[in-house]
Amino acid sequence: METNLCVAGFGGQGVMTLGKFLAEAACESSDRNVTFFPSYGAEQRGGTANCFVVISDQEIGAPLGDRMDDLIIMNEPSLKKFLPTLKPGGRLFLNSSIVTDDPGRDDVTIVKAPVTELSLELGNAKVLNVIMLGVYVGYTGIVDEELVWRIIEQKLGSKPKLLPLNKKAYEEGLALGKKQKQN
Amino acid sequence: MSRVFMKGCEAIAEAAVRAGCRFFAGYPITPQNEIPEYFSRRMPEVGGTFVQGESEVASISMVYGAASSGTRAMTSSSSCGIALKSEGISYCASARIPMVYVNVSRGGPGVGSIQPAQMDYLQATKASGNGGFQMLVFAPSTVQEAVDMTYAAFDYADRDRNPVLILADGVIGTMMEPVELPPMRSDEEVKAIKEGKRPWAIVGHELDYAHRAWIEPGQWSTAVMQRTNEKAAALYESWEKDLRWEEYRLEDAELVIAAYGISARIARSAVNLLRQEGYPVGLIRPITVNPFPYKAFDKIDYGKCKAVLDVEMSIPAQFLRDVSIGVKDRCPITTCLCSGGNIMSRESIIEAAKKSLEA
Repeated sequence: METNLCVAGFGGQGVMTLGKFLAEAACESSDRNVTFFPSYGAEQRGGTANCFVVISDQEIGAPLGDRMDDLIIMNEPSLKKFLPTLKPGGRLFLNSSIVTDDPGRDDVTIVKAPVTELSLELGNAKVLNVIMLGVYVGYTGIVDEELVWRIIEQKLGSKPKLLPLNKKAYEEGLALGKKQKQN
Repeated sequence: MSRVFMKGCEAIAEAAVRAGCRFFAGYPITPQNEIPEYFSRRMPEVGGTFVQGESEVASISMVYGAASSGTRAMTSSSSCGIALKSEGISYCASARIPMVYVNVSRGGPGVGSIQPAQMDYLQATKASGNGGFQMLVFAPSTVQEAVDMTYAAFDYADRDRNPVLILADGVIGTMMEPVELPPMRSDEEVKAIKEGKRPWAIVGHELDYAHRAWIEPGQWSTAVMQRTNEKAAALYESWEKDLRWEEYRLEDAELVIAAYGISARIARSAVNLLRQEGYPVGLIRPITVNPFPYKAFDKIDYGKCKAVLDVEMSIPAQFLRDVSIGVKDRCPITTCLCSGGNIMSRESIIEAAKKSLEA
């Protein structure tokens, strides 16, 4: 079993951090193979930023690719750029606050999460990536949810006052992801 | 041993520290900046020295000096930065100074592009500077391999008193992957390694001119220079024993992919997908790219094999030249190439493989 995930959005939306948290949790939780590959271009400022995470119980060949099982899309330009890479039967996790267009794919599962709105309701736009990470983990169960939180906790260790906000953001995402899964 | 999740560049730097590297000088360039960044934090912790040089030329010259004193020393750069270091690298080879350097290569020629590429193959394996010197050149396919090769490179460098090159690329350098780190050499071991080089190193023998060592990147006497080069040539000949390569599913292969480094890793996964579809495809992956394991290509059953497919991230193809020498016209060679910072995809390898099999 191998899962190829691409996370894409605006520079500054925390897509690299989202991918890294997930990959680290996958590394810690099991003896599965996992790779994280950031894609930086000359387009960082205001353009799209993206990263690839591969989690597999076999040797990983390519740490990036053009056939994705899962896509996490945080903005419109990323949807245009990466939707064609999503396999039929794949799963699309959409930031539905700002991606309002119909993706126009009926061969994939679409999980909508208004993470920009939710982050603003929590009082900090920066936690949208943590909410989305929660949605993804809650929906897919790809990595133990407790362990993902431990990784976030560890990474934010030097800024303990951010922990309660991030905990809330993560839990809200998890709940939303699980709810979507049931529907 | 426990796994840690590390970025290629940082894992390379940590492996060097654990191998006893106590001097690093470098100059920033993408995509290898995390190597100097990591050393800048780590070296003070182990009593080593980190210098951000004013240029690539200065950095390699400092490494030349540090390694001349017997200290395990290293530098790193990427493609055009490596080209700037070629003077110092050639000096190290001429003076037979053990040092290790890493090329986290990017697109070329010239400044090229900051994204990963394999466009320095001929430079790395045939002429990394003037004068025809040779080096052991290792090409990692995974972060783990980059770690293991870097750790071992210092031993090879000391054994041969010669520079060793790790030819990586921007994917290996910037990706994160779980790794098992090698054991940390103790301060005593690091000291003993340096002490072992006293017979030739410049260690500062106060008032003892008889034992003061010389480090000579050139000779006044043509006779001495020739002898120096003859000794170096004998060393290069001895590397047959160090040849390393991987053979994967060659037994019944009707198509054999030849690839190294990151391309080989992607090709290996393409081989698995092709096999699932019933295509009998195999892979030869040189691990040492200098010396080149030409004899690996004798393992192919040319009665069955319709073609060898050269896969590399370079246009024009470079690795292809060594593959051709290995194949010796025993079957056609086809290519699957990309360049300019584009990264090889499994899909393009699969397509090229099917085309080669149908031809």
